[in-house]
Amino acid sequence: MPNQPPAIQTFQMPQMPRIPVRLIATVVVIALLIGLAWTSYYTVQAESEGVVLRFGRFLKTVEPGLHFKLPFGVDQVTVLPTRRQLKLEFGFFTPGYTNIDQPAREDAEEKSMVTGDLNAALVEWVVQYRIDDPKQYLFDVRNPGQTLRDLSEAAMREVIGDRTVDEVITIGRQDIEVAALAQMQELAKRYMLGIRVDQVQLKNVNPPAEVQASFNEVNKAQQDRENAINIANGDYNQAVPRARGEADQAIRGAEGYRFKRVNEAEGDVASFNAMLGQYVKAPEITRTRLYLETMGDVLSGAGEKIIIDDTMRNLLPILPLTKNPLEKR
Amino acid sequence: MTKRGCFTLLLLALAIVALRILFGCFFAVYQTEQVIITQFGKPVGEPITDPGLHFKLPIIQEVNRIDKRFLEWGGQPVAIPTRDKTYIHVDTFARWRISDAKTFFVRLRDERSAQSRLEDILGSETRNAVAKNDLIEIIRTDKDRKPLRDENLKNVQTGLGTIGVLPPIQYGRQKIEDEIKAKAAGKLAEFGIDLLDVRLKRVNYNPDVLDRIYQRMISERRQIASRFRSEGEGEAARIAGRKERDLNEIQSTAYRQVQQIRGEADGKATEIYAQAYTQNAQAAEFYNFLKSMETYRKVLTRDTTLVFSTDSDLFGLLKRANAKPQTLPPAR
Repeated sequence: MPNQPPAIQTFQMPQMPRIPVRLIATVVVIALLIGLAWTSYYTVQAESEGVVLRFGRFLKTVEPGLHFKLPFGVDQVTVLPTRRQLKLEFGFFTPGYTNIDQPAREDAEEKSMVTGDLNAALVEWVVQYRIDDPKQYLFDVRNPGQTLRDLSEAAMREVIGDRTVDEVITIGRQDIEVAALAQMQELAKRYMLGIRVDQVQLKNVNPPAEVQASFNEVNKAQQDRENAINIANGDYNQAVPRARGEADQAIRGAEGYRFKRVNEAEGDVASFNAMLGQYVKAPEITRTRLYLETMGDVLSGAGEKIIIDDTMRNLLPILPLTKNPLEKR
Repeated sequence: MTKRGCFTLLLLALAIVALRILFGCFFAVYQTEQVIITQFGKPVGEPITDPGLHFKLPIIQEVNRIDKRFLEWGGQPVAIPTRDKTYIHVDTFARWRISDAKTFFVRLRDERSAQSRLEDILGSETRNAVAKNDLIEIIRTDKDRKPLRDENLKNVQTGLGTIGVLPPIQYGRQKIEDEIKAKAAGKLAEFGIDLLDVRLKRVNYNPDVLDRIYQRMISERRQIASRFRSEGEGEAARIAGRKERDLNEIQSTAYRQVQQIRGEADGKATEIYAQAYTQNAQAAEFYNFLKSMETYRKVLTRDTTLVFSTDSDLFGLLKRANAKPQTLPPAR
């Protein structure tokens, strides 16, 4: 093309970077799509319930499972573990908690209490609760967990403050749990926490360390008392039943003696009566016979026998001197 | 392309500004808050308490968000002497709510100044209430409550009557809390604040008084311990006494019964004998004779020396063969 006009030297604009509109648009669209996908679903765990807000306004609560929502912050979801039993620890803490309200923050202050008889006691306890109204829990009170801690402390002190140190430490534990539970339930309702308090359990309840020894001494003295009583009862039980047995023995012995005496008497009488029957028939001769029989028996067995004439007046010269009974003295 | 480029840029900028303005017209009111719209710093209209999407004039109107929930207030623990001059640490907490957002906004503007106002008012009311009551009024609540008594301590008497006894009260903690609340509520209402509740959370002895308290507790316990020991000794002595008594009773009763039985037996035997021997004169005589014979047998033993006269019944025949042996004289 020879007769072609010379190329018009066009005015060159200062070189500007070309805006890759297409690229930007593509990136934006993709980012939007990803964002849309990312923010339009959520899952609620089995033990939980989801609370959905649209433009900040409460919309509904949803059950566990996969759910969809309007993206980009239009719908906001808060998931609360409503079916889980949550607990608060006062005066102590066990590591490995998931609920941030659970552990005691100032354990020494929390457990230190004044009892109704103006003694000091250290009380540790646990509160078991559940979120039973998620709407109230989220929207009516700020920091419901901390609020529950505060009211639990106040309620427990009110209950402890009406009890003696002996009730607190030994005999009234159950009573305290029941009273504190009732108090906390009432306060939780009044404060609109959306929380149901299920249980209050006392853990370690002790007198302060400084007086612990004297409390132990009371226990020891109580044991001493039981011990002294047991020993005394032992002595009693060792002696008295034995004495009862011996008394019975003596009485039985006497009864035996009675039988013996009566039976013997009756036997003797029977024998006498039999002899008497015969005697009556021939009294003279029976007497003589019995007399002579006896004399025969007696004299044959007796020692020296001296027979003197009835005219002899003096007996002494005949007796051998050696046999004088006076000499033996 | 160049013109189009400029145009595009301009369009983009305009779009952003338009969007900005458009978005500036809408705002969300969260479920937990209320909103006061201000125009150049001045509140406009009533506070918006209804949650959801709302409309306002862009740029010139501003959104001020104010909490609608019950809020916490936790006071610093303060050392206060009670009326009976015991130093205690009192830790209070309160629940409150912004009930009149407009007044609140005008007078306090934000929560931080509200908290410090609460601290001033509640702190001083608490101090006043504690200082004019005895310690026991702050500790106890229910004036009618009767404490459970430990069975073991039932008989323990103490000089002061403090063990197992709740000192009497006139008002109690609840009344004091209510009083603090009533006084503070009036003052706080001016700030658009509604006070739900004030509670004494912790009431503890000041460390300085603790030693005295501990000493008292220790002496109380010692008293109980010595009571137990003395009870044990007393009970043991009582049991020992009972043992002595029971032994004596048992043994003497047995002795009495034994003597009674033996006596009866002897009596009975005597009666039987007597009846037999006295049935008639002959029986009595025969008994006499028999018994005499029996006695001779017993009495005359191997070492007895017997002296007989030839005049005797037995030996009469020795002297004279014809002597008629006499029959024995009849027994008396």
